[in-house]
Amino acid sequence: MKVLVPIKRAVDYNVRVRVKSDGSGVETNGVKMSVNPFDEIANEEALRLKEKGIVSEIIVCTIGVAKAEDQLRSELARGADRGIHVVTDEEVQPLQAARILAKLAAEEEVGLVLMGKQAIDDDANQTGQMLATLMNWPQATFASQVEIADGKATVDREIDAGIETLEVDMPAVITADLRLNEPRFIKLPDIMKAKRKPIAKRELGEFDVDVPKLEVTETRAPGGREPGRKVKDVAELVAVLKDKGLV
Amino acid sequence: MERDVMEFDLLVVGAGPAGLACAIHAKQLNPELNVCVLEKGATVGSHSLAGAVIEPGPLEELLPNWKDNPPEVCVPVKRDEIRMMNPKGSFKFPIVPPQMNNHGNYIISLGSLTAKMGEAAEEVGVEIYPGFPAREPLYNDAGEVIGVRTGDMGVDKDGNPKDSFTPGMDLHAKLTVFAEGARGSCSKQLMAKFGLDKDCDPQTYGIGIKELWQLPKGRGETGLVMHTMGWPLDNSTYGGSFVYHLEDDKLAIGFVVGLDYSDPHLEPFEKFQEFKNHPEMKKLLEGGEIVSYGARAIVEGGWQSLPKVEMPGAALIGCGAGTLNVPKIKGVHQAIRSGMEIAKHFHEKQSSAGFDARLRSSAVGAELKKVRNIRPAFHWGMWMGLVISGIETLFAGLLPYTLRNRADHSALKKITEKKPLAQSERDLPPRDRLSAVYFAATEHDEDQPVHLQVADTNICITQCAEEYDNPCTRFCPAKVYEMVEDEDGKRLQINAANCVHCKTCDIKDPYQIINWVTPEGGSGPNYQLM
Repeated sequence: MKVLVPIKRAVDYNVRVRVKSDGSGVETNGVKMSVNPFDEIANEEALRLKEKGIVSEIIVCTIGVAKAEDQLRSELARGADRGIHVVTDEEVQPLQAARILAKLAAEEEVGLVLMGKQAIDDDANQTGQMLATLMNWPQATFASQVEIADGKATVDREIDAGIETLEVDMPAVITADLRLNEPRFIKLPDIMKAKRKPIAKRELGEFDVDVPKLEVTETRAPGGREPGRKVKDVAELVAVLKDKGLV
Repeated sequence: MERDVMEFDLLVVGAGPAGLACAIHAKQLNPELNVCVLEKGATVGSHSLAGAVIEPGPLEELLPNWKDNPPEVCVPVKRDEIRMMNPKGSFKFPIVPPQMNNHGNYIISLGSLTAKMGEAAEEVGVEIYPGFPAREPLYNDAGEVIGVRTGDMGVDKDGNPKDSFTPGMDLHAKLTVFAEGARGSCSKQLMAKFGLDKDCDPQTYGIGIKELWQLPKGRGETGLVMHTMGWPLDNSTYGGSFVYHLEDDKLAIGFVVGLDYSDPHLEPFEKFQEFKNHPEMKKLLEGGEIVSYGARAIVEGGWQSLPKVEMPGAALIGCGAGTLNVPKIKGVHQAIRSGMEIAKHFHEKQSSAGFDARLRSSAVGAELKKVRNIRPAFHWGMWMGLVISGIETLFAGLLPYTLRNRADHSALKKITEKKPLAQSERDLPPRDRLSAVYFAATEHDEDQPVHLQVADTNICITQCAEEYDNPCTRFCPAKVYEMVEDEDGKRLQINAANCVHCKTCDIKDPYQIINWVTPEGGSGPNYQLM
């Protein structure tokens, strides 16, 4: 079974994100970019499935700027077999991404799409679900455990009330949550090997992405927190709360 | 344990200006060469921090087209200003001394310059591996350096392997060049093993703390380079500020304190914050916002502290050797030059033998020798330092004497009374060191061995508390060291995850029992445009 692992180049999770002075978005100039952490987890899960003999080939793909090749190389170094890079400088929204991924998944005849539940830049949490709908495949989102046997996937999902276990027919879309696994460290010789792994370059124009887009009207930083104040004892606390009409 | 081994012709430790210049130039001289650069930061540039105003000459020589694809921050200097500060105002020097004239120079961010140099290196075929720190040098039976071992990944805080354990690997090379910057952790091991510093004065350092600010629209004066001396430091403490105006009302502001300061209660971070709250500075910063924060030790020893820079199989370059020109307050051009020199030397000789003499007689050595007496003259205080600087500048360093340097850690005086940590009155952010570190975006997995090894923590609660009032709690710009008192009594707490890799503790600790070693690869600050 072939598996498609879509990844996204996103601002690194350690970076303190700043809003551009003109409010048109967040500052990405000179900012460290990395693979979206949930996508790393998805790729790690694909690698584990390959090591178990369930997956035969891992194809990582990304949609983004030319520099996003760095992120593809990084996941190839982690162990994926080959890459597909849909090169574009345009901002691609979830429905567009899902349409592109649907076409790639069909072309490659994959039996599974394993992807992050959401990207940490826009936190949309939509692409996986939209992709499943477009493919008319079952979906298992927020996976914290995945077992695949006899053409079915048994997936533990993290939901508000606890863990829900689903069984879905393959092919399917599975999206990874934080606790699915801990991605392995990338080894130095594998980075070298990854430089020779093939990456197919594709143009955005090859895909039908002509859909209505959301328009961002303004981006602004959250307001600061009011300074706190210390109280001496419970009596004073109660008095202050009463004063503010909170109790 | 079986470790993978990789072989290279040339191995460079550290993707700073020196290391990258070495790697690039080696490939320019011989494209067939197999060149590898290791970098402890998660990306090239994420650990690079400097003022910085650079002299573009050596960069131009290395990459003649660098201006076609300039670093994110690259502003030609338009105007120089030097001010003597007092608590209420300042006095502007009528003339700018020749070393500090920045006509033709550029304000850059070192992180963005090294990122560009990294791209240039990859274009000529250099293999760069960010996120892989060199943990220790490797030697053959004859005692020659044959390469380095990278750090193990996935080790828990007690030193046991986790599920993710990945052993470090051995990289071998015909020549290993250490370009680790000031007080490099491998370089320190090499100094001891080969006695590289036995015939020179001890290396001396300063600590530089820097913030990047976004000022309100229209307040900046793009291209203005200002330096100050005096307040809030006393006459006996060397140091001063730098205030560089970038484009779009961005401002690089920082403060350097010579680590030969004697007052154990001095807090470099607090001095910087006091300076920022000076009426003239506050006027500039108020209403702006802090974007980035960081700190780094810099070398100040110059010519008389330059160690032997060659040993069998290896060489030291850049600030790791100590090539920074203090009176100019510039190290990048010297670092690039030293990197190009070792590349040329290796191309001609295929070894490091003779590199020490070569570096000393090169432009790098000449520049250091000329200004050798200026920084040590400030041992007698600021005014005397200024007088001698003037004389030395007039005679271009030709006077037949050389002032000596002494080790920074020996300069601390013992306390006469205990004092709580200082907290000056101020309104500008950051409030304290912890909120400052937030802007360094530093990250270390908490479940890993502490990378600040203190040989004997008993000294901290007994001898050091009595003699020096635990200066580590004061000189560290990231509040790594704290003395805490709980049910088990008083003890030293090391908040290693805060560390910004400045190396000040390794240098200034009066008992020399703090050893900075590399943490897990990719840990440390994630500087933006620093």
